[in-house]
Amino acid sequence: MAPRRRRILRDELITLAHGAGGKATRDLVEALFLEELGNEILSVLGDAAVVPGAGRLALSTDAYVVHPLEFPGGDIGELAVNGTVNDLAMVGAQPLWLTAGFVIEEGFPVADLRRIVASMGAAARAAGVAVAAGDTKVVERGKADGLYVTTAGVGTVAAGVDLSPTRVRPGDRVLLSGTLADHGMAVMVARGDLQLEAEIGSDTAAVHELAAVLVSLGAALRFMRDPTRGGLATALNELAEAAALAVVLDESALPVRPAVTAACEILGIDPLYVANEGKLIAIVAAAAADEALAALRAHPLGRDAVIVGEVREEPEGLVLLQTTLGGSRIVDMLVGDPLPRIC
Amino acid sequence: MKYVDEYRSAELARGLAAEIASLVRPGETVRIMEVCGGHTHAIYRHGLEDLLPPEVELVHGPGCPVCVIPMGRVDDAIALAEEKDVTLATFGDMLRVPGGRGSLLEAKARGADVRMVYSPLDALALAAKLPDRRVVFFAVGFETTAPATAVTLLRARAEGTPNFAVFCNHVVIEPPLRAILETPGLRVDAFIGPGHVSTVIGTDAYRFIPEEYGRPVAVSAFEPVDLLQAMAMLLRQRAEGRCEVENQYTRVVRPEGNARALAAIDETMELRDDFEWRGLGTLPRSALRIRPPFAPWDAEKLYALPGVRIEDPKACRCGEVLTGQIKPWECGVFGTACTPERPLGTCMVSSEGACAAFYAYGRLRRPAGEPVGA
Repeated sequence: MAPRRRRILRDELITLAHGAGGKATRDLVEALFLEELGNEILSVLGDAAVVPGAGRLALSTDAYVVHPLEFPGGDIGELAVNGTVNDLAMVGAQPLWLTAGFVIEEGFPVADLRRIVASMGAAARAAGVAVAAGDTKVVERGKADGLYVTTAGVGTVAAGVDLSPTRVRPGDRVLLSGTLADHGMAVMVARGDLQLEAEIGSDTAAVHELAAVLVSLGAALRFMRDPTRGGLATALNELAEAAALAVVLDESALPVRPAVTAACEILGIDPLYVANEGKLIAIVAAAAADEALAALRAHPLGRDAVIVGEVREEPEGLVLLQTTLGGSRIVDMLVGDPLPRIC
Repeated sequence: MKYVDEYRSAELARGLAAEIASLVRPGETVRIMEVCGGHTHAIYRHGLEDLLPPEVELVHGPGCPVCVIPMGRVDDAIALAEEKDVTLATFGDMLRVPGGRGSLLEAKARGADVRMVYSPLDALALAAKLPDRRVVFFAVGFETTAPATAVTLLRARAEGTPNFAVFCNHVVIEPPLRAILETPGLRVDAFIGPGHVSTVIGTDAYRFIPEEYGRPVAVSAFEPVDLLQAMAMLLRQRAEGRCEVENQYTRVVRPEGNARALAAIDETMELRDDFEWRGLGTLPRSALRIRPPFAPWDAEKLYALPGVRIEDPKACRCGEVLTGQIKPWECGVFGTACTPERPLGTCMVSSEGACAAFYAYGRLRRPAGEPVGA
């Protein structure tokens, strides 16, 4: 490939011209996106990326509209990489390539875009994935809230890996890789409209290495989910329904940081329903549960991993919670979003 | 978490549960009404009923501020939101309450400017940011939230904010309690008094319950150990032949209440002649309106509201749930035509509503044994 003339982006604000497809678009793509995300596949700048590989592929896509764009512990760029990497990892895939689509509002500062895309690049490198294709659109002022990012991901699934709710059996244990509700509460507090100050950081992280550790357990690993929007409660309800089994949680085992507990108490929010962006839930055969727990805890992202509950036959399709007090209750699906645009 | 964990101690709870069990006679039924929706929520959230002996039956009361708002007032709020110059601000739960013409959330989707706020002061701040619009705060709640509305009205007057108003739906706790106490075939033996309301009005405000109606009251805080302690206090009163108002929530509640909060309410609001309550009908002197000196900030003076009385859906038995005459699952539409996703009645909307709390947390415990809805 002939070396391309190096383009320079001199603009300080995004204008509609950056979305017009002409020179300004080219400047933006090459002097910002390629500089931060470039690699030999993306730099071809073709209509689609051609990637090597064969066998079973995993595909996923996700749009990110979090507000604010930058929050303690992360930003929309990092989130967009980690979120899609995690989605791939949850089906047991090795994440390899991402695509990234940017919808940018006219007037958006280029310096902010640079910072966010750089953090995307750092997250991609840390997760061992390459951004292999991308797209940029600019919309008029007022038609988007700064920046929306969509990523799609491709990964490969090794032979024999088969994770599904239908493989879950009564007696299986429910493992959680760390503390609950950090991301959702960090974003809520960062918005500032709650008049609440708390030192809570998002947990955004790529958990593919944690997932890989569990995949190596073989058939003892039944199923994985990352408890994002809707939190642990929603992810487990979906599992209980799909598996036609019950999940029983032990309230005293649920790990929540003190600052997060405090913020949840003040706002009347149940941490079970709050989004996480760097955690996974794994359903593991009882006999392998301790081994799986030890393997999770050996990884820095799984230090706080715990067994939070188990799968039972009855009552079918429901999630129950044994309260610390010795009572029990249903953990229902989330109804209505306590606060939209959390990711 | 300090100051929370202590009140959720399993050991303390077990001790209190044992004391409660020792204070009832095998086979009898003692019905205790928790007046406040916050208590209902806590009871279900912590699975408290599992700790109680079968002789103690908890009856859920009318103290959920969202649940008692009649459909006509929701329609008035929607009419306000549809005024060209109005931005309507209210608490999140109110957005989902169904009126005769749908909910505020649906009005918002049709284009009305409806915002969720966390306090009336946020609504006042919004008015400063939107000088070309009039921000109307849809105020609901018992004496708990009325002081915040009062302070906001006082500030609006002090700052001379021209583009702010309050649509006042504040209610007071005594009339619905009297209505329940005068219900023929009253099923309630004792009352757990509301916690937050009592921080404002004080425990003395409930003396009419033991004195006129012969039922004991224990004002309680909101954690599980608090609630169990309040139940034990009520049963101890009975064992010792006492019938009075006791205060479990001494860390916050005073017998005389909060004089400054009461003064702020009194300066800005006065009792209406009567007010319609969801399910309870029209109760005299049961709600507050804005006093004439604050008319420039009174949405009911500034706009012509429909003010139409809307019949509750026939199948909905929220009124009987609110007065403790039936349990949520005894209503024919519970969990079928009426669910948290598509509520028919107000009790299914707020997480403090008896039906929503029972649906979300407790529907396994239905005496018939079968979970419903799902």
